Amino acid sequence: MSVRLAAPHAVSADAGRTNPVRVLATRIAAMCLVELQKLRRDRTEVITRAIQPALWLIIFGQTFTHLRAIPTGGLPYLDFLAPGILAQSALFVSIFYGIHIIWERDAGVLAKLMVTPTPRAALVTGKAFAAGIRALVQAVVVLVLAAILGVSLTGNPLKLLGTAVVLLLGSAFFCCLSITLAGLVLKRDRMMGIGQAIMMPLFFASNALYPVSVMPGWLRVLNHVNPLSYEVDALRGLLIGTPAHLLLDFGVLVGAVAVAVFAASAILGRLTR
Amino acid sequence: MNPAVEIEGLRHRFKETLAVDDLSLSVQPAEIFGLLGPNGAGKTTTIRVLTTLLPPQAGRAEVFGLDVRRNRMAVRRLIGYVPQALSADAGLSGRENVALFARLFDVPRAERRARADAAIEAMGLAEAADRPAGTYSGGMIRRLELAQALVSAPRLLVLDEPTIGLDPVARAGVWERITQVRAETGMTVLVTTHYMEEAEEFCDRVALMHRGRIRALGSPAELIASADGDSLDDVFRQYTGDDLDAGGFSDVRATRRTARRLG
Repeated sequence: MSVRLAAPHAVSADAGRTNPVRVLATRIAAMCLVELQKLRRDRTEVITRAIQPALWLIIFGQTFTHLRAIPTGGLPYLDFLAPGILAQSALFVSIFYGIHIIWERDAGVLAKLMVTPTPRAALVTGKAFAAGIRALVQAVVVLVLAAILGVSLTGNPLKLLGTAVVLLLGSAFFCCLSITLAGLVLKRDRMMGIGQAIMMPLFFASNALYPVSVMPGWLRVLNHVNPLSYEVDALRGLLIGTPAHLLLDFGVLVGAVAVAVFAASAILGRLTR
Repeated sequence: MNPAVEIEGLRHRFKETLAVDDLSLSVQPAEIFGLLGPNGAGKTTTIRVLTTLLPPQAGRAEVFGLDVRRNRMAVRRLIGYVPQALSADAGLSGRENVALFARLFDVPRAERRARADAAIEAMGLAEAADRPAGTYSGGMIRRLELAQALVSAPRLLVLDEPTIGLDPVARAGVWERITQVRAETGMTVLVTTHYMEEAEEFCDRVALMHRGRIRALGSPAELIASADGDSLDDVFRQYTGDDLDAGGFSDVRATRRTARRLG
């Protein structure tokens, strides 16, 4: 062997005590970088995943704009719909992340990651934000498409940054929800069924397609406990400029992510037993 | 100096199955130690406890004097782990696979590139380093996984069936690298294997496990002599007899999954 490997490092119980914020930041950065490296090498997923939001915007959006069937307070329906479809495309990316985790379990990748000096919460958070990065790349495609279709999007860099943060938080929540469900069902085919089963109810029980004012009472209750609604409300406020409850939206999303990270971390061990 | 691995009275149960039953074991630094046994013997459970994936239900397990329950993060910094399944990410290049583990083990940024390059070169993968791991052969993936495990400069390399499903040339290549790394760094190697001839040739000592307990422990030569046999295969047969149906369905499934991925 012509190359000298680094000598094994010293044994110390203190080696396990590192700054948790630094550990969290480095693990999130590592996982996000991996996601970008994979996307750079294989862009087909970005393209194929763009088909569904494109259909929603082009067919559903344009048809209902002409019908004027949904009251949007003077806003063209396509403008109203675009943030909802943006949130939907991010949801679709992240809600199936549990299948990926189960595949990683089967391939031994998860065990190997869990033997690194990475607390479970940092590992889950890293995975969650990696899903967010994938969703962000997807969002760029949807935003470009929306702009081409004539949706009046903001050009304010701060608002665009806020949009990115909202998408990251929303994707992180649904990714953690998916990991938690994966930890409960443990099998890919079951997880696929559950993903399909919860995806559309989450979407329809939100304000993505229609305003809350037209919802029946029971749906309004579901809308209020659905984090996707807060994500859409914030996206609509930031991108289109409709009145939004940004503080509440960000608060709910941050809180939901914290609870979901806790739940996913607690259940992650089940996947490696 | 503390032993590399010290296990005392370890017991682990999965529902009705007692996977590890009052296991005691000591592995010395710089040893290549083989954990042998049929499917379901308790080898992988023992490794999972040592690598902190499973908390010990009873008994004690230490890595270089650090308790695996109390010092989980510190123990993980001492361990390089290669699981049985082929676990390199096919969507990343060889270099990216190794760099990920350098980051996860907090290798300083200034050293990261050089350490990853050294690990890749030590495993004979320099020319293929920028190719996606999905294009690697089974033997190359195993060597890539070794590079991932070595980039953090571990004191203990834990290998779970590292040559399963590989052709004889690839198996020889993997063992050549393992023995070279041990010779160069003084690293301790704990390995599980089904291949008795590999254990005989490369392990300093072996423990033969069956039904969660150690049935025989010593150097391959000592065990062969004590069994009055010609090889470790004879020792294996003597201690396990015809009772080789203990392996659970999941063991067999995992083995087949690995073999399938190796093509």
